[in-house]
Amino acid sequence: MRKFALFLILLSAAASAPAEAKLRVFACETDWAELTRELAGDLVAVDTATTALQDVHVVEAKPSLIAKVRNADLLVCSGAQLEIGWLPQLLMQAGNPKVASGPGNFMAASQVTTLEKPASVDRAGGDVHPDGNPHIQLDPYRVLAVAKALDARLAELDPPNAAAYQKNLADFETRWNAAIARWEAKAAPLKGKAVVVHHASWIYLLSWLGMHEIGRLEPKPGVPPTSAHLAGLIDTTKSGGAIAILYAAYQDPKPSEWLSERTGVPALMLPFSVGGDGKAKDLFGLYDDTLDRLVGALK
Amino acid sequence: MRLTPFVLAALAATPLAARAADSRDAQIAALESRIHALEANAQSLQQQASDALAAAKAAQAELQQMKAAQSSQAVAAASAPAASAAPSAGSAANAFNPAISLILNGLYEHHSLASDDYRRAGFPLVGEAGPGPQGLHLGESELSFAASIDDKFYGQLTLSMDSAGGETHTGIEEAYIDTTALPDGFTLRAGRFYSNVGYLNSHHTHTDFFSDRPLAYQAFLGNQYGDDGVQARWVAPTDTYLEIGGEVFRGDNFPAGGAANAGSGVKTLFLHAGGDIGVEQAWLAGVSLLRADARGSEDGFSGRDNLYLADLTWKWAPRGAFKDAGVVLRSELFLDDRKGTVTDLADPAQPAVAWDGQRRGAYLEGLYRFSRQWDAGYRYDRLWAPSSGPYASEHDPQRHTAMLTWHNSEFSLFRLQYSHDAPQAHFIDHALMLQYQVSLGAHGAHKF
Repeated sequence: MRKFALFLILLSAAASAPAEAKLRVFACETDWAELTRELAGDLVAVDTATTALQDVHVVEAKPSLIAKVRNADLLVCSGAQLEIGWLPQLLMQAGNPKVASGPGNFMAASQVTTLEKPASVDRAGGDVHPDGNPHIQLDPYRVLAVAKALDARLAELDPPNAAAYQKNLADFETRWNAAIARWEAKAAPLKGKAVVVHHASWIYLLSWLGMHEIGRLEPKPGVPPTSAHLAGLIDTTKSGGAIAILYAAYQDPKPSEWLSERTGVPALMLPFSVGGDGKAKDLFGLYDDTLDRLVGALK
Repeated sequence: MRLTPFVLAALAATPLAARAADSRDAQIAALESRIHALEANAQSLQQQASDALAAAKAAQAELQQMKAAQSSQAVAAASAPAASAAPSAGSAANAFNPAISLILNGLYEHHSLASDDYRRAGFPLVGEAGPGPQGLHLGESELSFAASIDDKFYGQLTLSMDSAGGETHTGIEEAYIDTTALPDGFTLRAGRFYSNVGYLNSHHTHTDFFSDRPLAYQAFLGNQYGDDGVQARWVAPTDTYLEIGGEVFRGDNFPAGGAANAGSGVKTLFLHAGGDIGVEQAWLAGVSLLRADARGSEDGFSGRDNLYLADLTWKWAPRGAFKDAGVVLRSELFLDDRKGTVTDLADPAQPAVAWDGQRRGAYLEGLYRFSRQWDAGYRYDRLWAPSSGPYASEHDPQRHTAMLTWHNSEFSLFRLQYSHDAPQAHFIDHALMLQYQVSLGAHGAHKF
């Protein structure tokens, strides 16, 4: 026992050696990791918990993630209960009060208004989010609002670099606004067009582009598509004039392909998050590629 | 903006004001952009238009207020609260109620060996060890309440309810508080809780892959060791996960008993380490020691028991997405080193017999998730009985278990399990179990 105590003391001593000054950011999703890099560049070190090929609703509270949360100064996540199946467990085990609450805990969905906030919640309705739809990363205006709030948070936590964060934000905002104009011009022909979607993850993209969704492959959010439900969608997809059946890079393409074969409407994979495919290397690439693919479906 | 003039004046006097002015600008810019987003929403979404516009107007009003106030430097310091999340609408009296979750389960069991004939060579049955009843029966129902107590503490109560012989029994399975505000990776816990030794011990049985615990857990920890005590844990600031901790328990429950040393009969030490191998593989390993001073434990033992545990878990999933497919392998090894005396519980009048020796146990289990909804698993259990002393036996208990589980969602499962159990020489128990298990209420995040 005494040896063990000595070992503990030595380890804590080693741990409390001068820490590197860089702010450490733990991003739950690649999109927020990328946004943090846009705003902070090399001023911070960013750890990303998930990849675009994983379903962030259900990630495991892996030991490596506990270690990352333990060392973080700032947590940047979607919030709105998207990460409820794993993030609370990471926070509970990591013993890091800096990010458990307060300024070190940044939830993107809390910075903007969310859509599809249910009036009542019941698990019979599937995997519903009481705080609204958390998949906000595909609305560029919301992303910009999050960027501004995140930039303020970075400046608050790391005052010596506040000026640099502000400069980076101004630069990002200029490029982002220019890109929004370009994207909106490109997406003009998509206005009023209908799509069928796999999961309820596209509401922000569709409302930005003035498109609408006429059916979902999942009978209820988070419940895998059933053949009966898919068969029921055949008529809707055809008669509704859907231009595509959308699914995210992390989702199983089979249900979309099944419906595509029976309706002639193309199944269209979209990257959904940064890293979802080869072209979506950063936030700009994510939007460029998403719009390329959507506009491509018109032809 | 919600601060009183007094507070504003006080804040103005602080050196914070200058740097806050920067974030003030950012704040205003953020609000402007938020209004933009809100207005865009309002246009594109008829059904949400009124809500969004109202919110936009509120934000606009806030912005006007802030712009107006900006001439006075003092207000700048108020930006931090404005950047934090807006409180959710629910402000009813029960908004602070603890999260409640409920686990229900029921089983059908068939055992080829009558329970009166079930004896485990070298390992007396203790705690909840041993086969369950024949036929249909309700498993243990679990009700748990959890919430942050204040800014420094978190509390949880888990009640278990079961009925045997027509009597309903409610027990306090866990009731503890945790610290949440200690710095540098330290956490303290006090109350009644399951020890953090080994892998499965700190996990509730409803997260297990199988309907019953491994033989080694049954033999050495009475299924799961929990008691009244205190725990200290520390997570190292390393890239590889490293957790070190220790516990002191009262020592009322098996493998201890009689609350020795003035109610501090059990001490533990544990170390867990873990990490990733690429994106697709993750591992968790640990070594633990549980030292129990027993004064008449459930199997008649009095004396010193040192229990050493080693555990290893390895998971693999394509693209690291375990939801749809993956493999888990896990093994734990037990070495039980005892020195003391054993009383024959069937005939306590007999003089106690000295016992100084070791027993061992191990299990290896594998889980294969072949689709979102289906898991298949296999487990091999083995115990090594001592060759001399009061527990001496020539036979080493062994068991093979196979299971198939169907999940409708992460909240419900049905499991079919068969095991071939050889608890003593010339006795085989073929056990078939069909179990349902569901979780209602709050969405508890599971440990790895």
